[in-house]
Amino acid sequence: MRRISAMLALLVLTAPAQAGVLRVCADDNNLPFSNKAGEGFENRIAALIARDLKDTVQYAYALQNARFLKHTLFAHRCDVVPGVTAGMEGIETTRPYYASTYVFVARRKDALDLSSLRDPRLRRLIIGVHLIGDDSTPPVAALGREGIVDNVRGYMIQGDFSKPNPPARLIEAVRDKEVDVAAVWGPLGGYFARRSGSLLEMRAITGTEAFAPLRFRFAIAMGVRPGDDALRDKLDAALLREKGAIRIILTAYGVPLVEIDGVRNG
Amino acid sequence: MRLLLCALVALLALGLAATAADLGQLARDDKQWVMPQKNYANTRFSGLKQITPDNAAGLHVAWSFSVGTNHGQEAAPIVVGDTMYVVGAYPNELFALDATTGDLKWKYSPRVDPSSQGEACCDVVNRGEVFDNGKIFFNTLDDHTVAVDAKTGKEVWAVKLGEFTKGMTLTMAPLAVKGKILVGNSGGEMGVRGWLTALDENSGKIAWRAYSVGPDKDVLIGPRFHPYYKDAQGKDLGVKTWPPGRWQVGGGPVWGWIAYDPATNLVFYGTGNPGPWNPDERPGDNKWTTTIFARDADTGEAVWADQLNPHDLYDYDEVNENLLLDLPIGGKPTHVLVHPGRDGFMFVIDRATGRIYSADAYDTITSEKSFDIKAGRPVMNPALRTMSNKNVTGICPASPGAKDWQPTAYSPLTRLLYIPHQHLCMDYEASEVGYIAGTPYIGATVDMYAGPGNYRGEFAAWDLTQRKKVWAIHEKFPVWSGTMVTAGNIAVYGTMDRWFKVVDARSGKLLYRFHAPSGFIGQPITYQGADGNQYIAMLSGVGGWAGALAVKSAGLDPRVRNGALGYTGAMGDLPAFTSGGSTLLVFSLGAANAPH
Repeated sequence: MRRISAMLALLVLTAPAQAGVLRVCADDNNLPFSNKAGEGFENRIAALIARDLKDTVQYAYALQNARFLKHTLFAHRCDVVPGVTAGMEGIETTRPYYASTYVFVARRKDALDLSSLRDPRLRRLIIGVHLIGDDSTPPVAALGREGIVDNVRGYMIQGDFSKPNPPARLIEAVRDKEVDVAAVWGPLGGYFARRSGSLLEMRAITGTEAFAPLRFRFAIAMGVRPGDDALRDKLDAALLREKGAIRIILTAYGVPLVEIDGVRNG
Repeated sequence: MRLLLCALVALLALGLAATAADLGQLARDDKQWVMPQKNYANTRFSGLKQITPDNAAGLHVAWSFSVGTNHGQEAAPIVVGDTMYVVGAYPNELFALDATTGDLKWKYSPRVDPSSQGEACCDVVNRGEVFDNGKIFFNTLDDHTVAVDAKTGKEVWAVKLGEFTKGMTLTMAPLAVKGKILVGNSGGEMGVRGWLTALDENSGKIAWRAYSVGPDKDVLIGPRFHPYYKDAQGKDLGVKTWPPGRWQVGGGPVWGWIAYDPATNLVFYGTGNPGPWNPDERPGDNKWTTTIFARDADTGEAVWADQLNPHDLYDYDEVNENLLLDLPIGGKPTHVLVHPGRDGFMFVIDRATGRIYSADAYDTITSEKSFDIKAGRPVMNPALRTMSNKNVTGICPASPGAKDWQPTAYSPLTRLLYIPHQHLCMDYEASEVGYIAGTPYIGATVDMYAGPGNYRGEFAAWDLTQRKKVWAIHEKFPVWSGTMVTAGNIAVYGTMDRWFKVVDARSGKLLYRFHAPSGFIGQPITYQGADGNQYIAMLSGVGGWAGALAVKSAGLDPRVRNGALGYTGAMGDLPAFTSGGSTLLVFSLGAANAPH
């Protein structure tokens, strides 16, 4: 069995990017972004772009951890990574196709109505955040700088990948009252808040200016290998043509959209 | 006559292997090398003296063997009787070979889950196997400890000790002590909670488990715990020195070396870095990460603990080996533990109490001004404190430390400690955009480069009595291989640019070198074959944290300086010297390879 997968890997490795196929790198267990069943919004956008280019989509899946790019894009198992940060180092990025923000997710009936990072209630509420192995998400760093540490609960962003959508544990922690509020990346917060019925609500995080150079809003693009300008240009054109349809998909998934650095959504 | 002698030697060796109940006893036989550390004291010293500075130039390759896959090969082969055992990097196949001829006797192929490859922080390495009572014990990347019949290669038991889906892997070489197999975990970067676990040698059942972080009952801190330093005294410090609950993902993995002192029945080992890396997220000392523990071998109870890098800022794991030596301290022979620290200090510590007698810099250190042996803490350099909004340059040593996992060796003849190590500094850059699992963030990146003098590695001899460096050989790349030393006064190591080197243990003079198929990050051993010849064996095959760039399958882009947690910046030219490999090389002075 292992030999077969090794052979398959070899085949994929040696296969050149074929005309008519958009080879997409994605995580097969990471809603709302992507999963194996194609239910994520990045799956939907990839399908949309492929259709625009008259290509079919072919996926190379890998766990989206720190070594994701090495195992997918740089192993030449696929050619495009949706959902990377615009201008990210070490990779060529397309024009951004949306921008979002970190958000607070809380239980609706608590009526916290929390949006500012400088809200004094953050000193006593139990705040859930995502932890990344050797780095931190902006809310953790900002709270740490404010000396808000003791009431912060960390959830590993990758968590246990044998369970569905590991990053969703943080949102479940709000639902299950392990924490009062989660400070989380908008697309995750928006999607799971919407799916909670009316149990959870989401507010964009504001009051972040004092924490520069920490940023809480990010423009999102597609990534290709450095030097793969032809593919980048093709994707740029398709993303522009499909911007209306992309906006509809993002809205349907509850992704909070913002405008930054002259990036207009959709 | 010669045939008879051979048969006798073989019989003797066989007898030893079959009856020796005590691994410590077996380790004293210099014809064999039964654990990567050579002995419980971790000296990696052999009494063999056929190969000497006078004849080492006559060394040649007697035989070689491929372990199959081109990943970083960090394992030490071991030799029991007339058989050599060696485990490769993932997929962790174990091979039994005739130690004299290189004939393959059997191989054991565990079914290691390929998904576990994605979880190892720094290449899919394995640091070796250990023999005890007729079985070979080793770990697989996907969190299994395996016992294999040393004669037949048949699996006796395999137990799963954790979930790699949560970021935990096993890479260290276990140690066998009094019928128990001691195993520690890896994955400090992934929020894994570190532990050392003792398994019953016959069944694989867990006898005890000591966590590195958390409440005293989990850390096995009880009435026998008498730490020397005040900062280590108090209840539940593994909880109280963390923000609430954060110890649960606090790290402190145990992926390095274990030593054992039969006289006091204590085991000694160090724990890894706290998680997450960003220190702003974990105010407090973060006990018991980067800590040396002394524990009862039977029960796991902690006896003392020295935390060397409280509130670690730079990823200074303290998993490095501890050598159990008797040294004169203030004129009195004293039972000490020598720990060449990741932070660049050579620690000499009292084995019974944990008192630190001395801590001398053996490489450039800017991150800490000194180590206060009265307080048991480093004196930090506030100018080099890392913060999420500040760039800091010129931090020495870099994250891999002055020395990482690669073990030193000590010769009682020269009274020198032989230190293979790196010489790197780093810049810490805040505010770099990254993303993981679809979530963008601003993180810090580190960029490593050669330290002062513009070299990246060194093989040094350190006089433990004079407390100073006696000689040093500068190397282009970090010396990421282990070393060993013999009564013949030779010391052996390998370089990442493919040189196998034998040097005079007294002067450091190069006696013999061989250009190998791939760079070295393995551990040399020596033994006597059935033909009476002394052999030296070492795996070539570059990789690991330092060498991941040269391994094609690791897929790192040399243009990205910050790959491999910042290490690729310092290693950009490595692919010009070597690619990956998997070859075991065995050297001797014996008659050249004429057909029999």
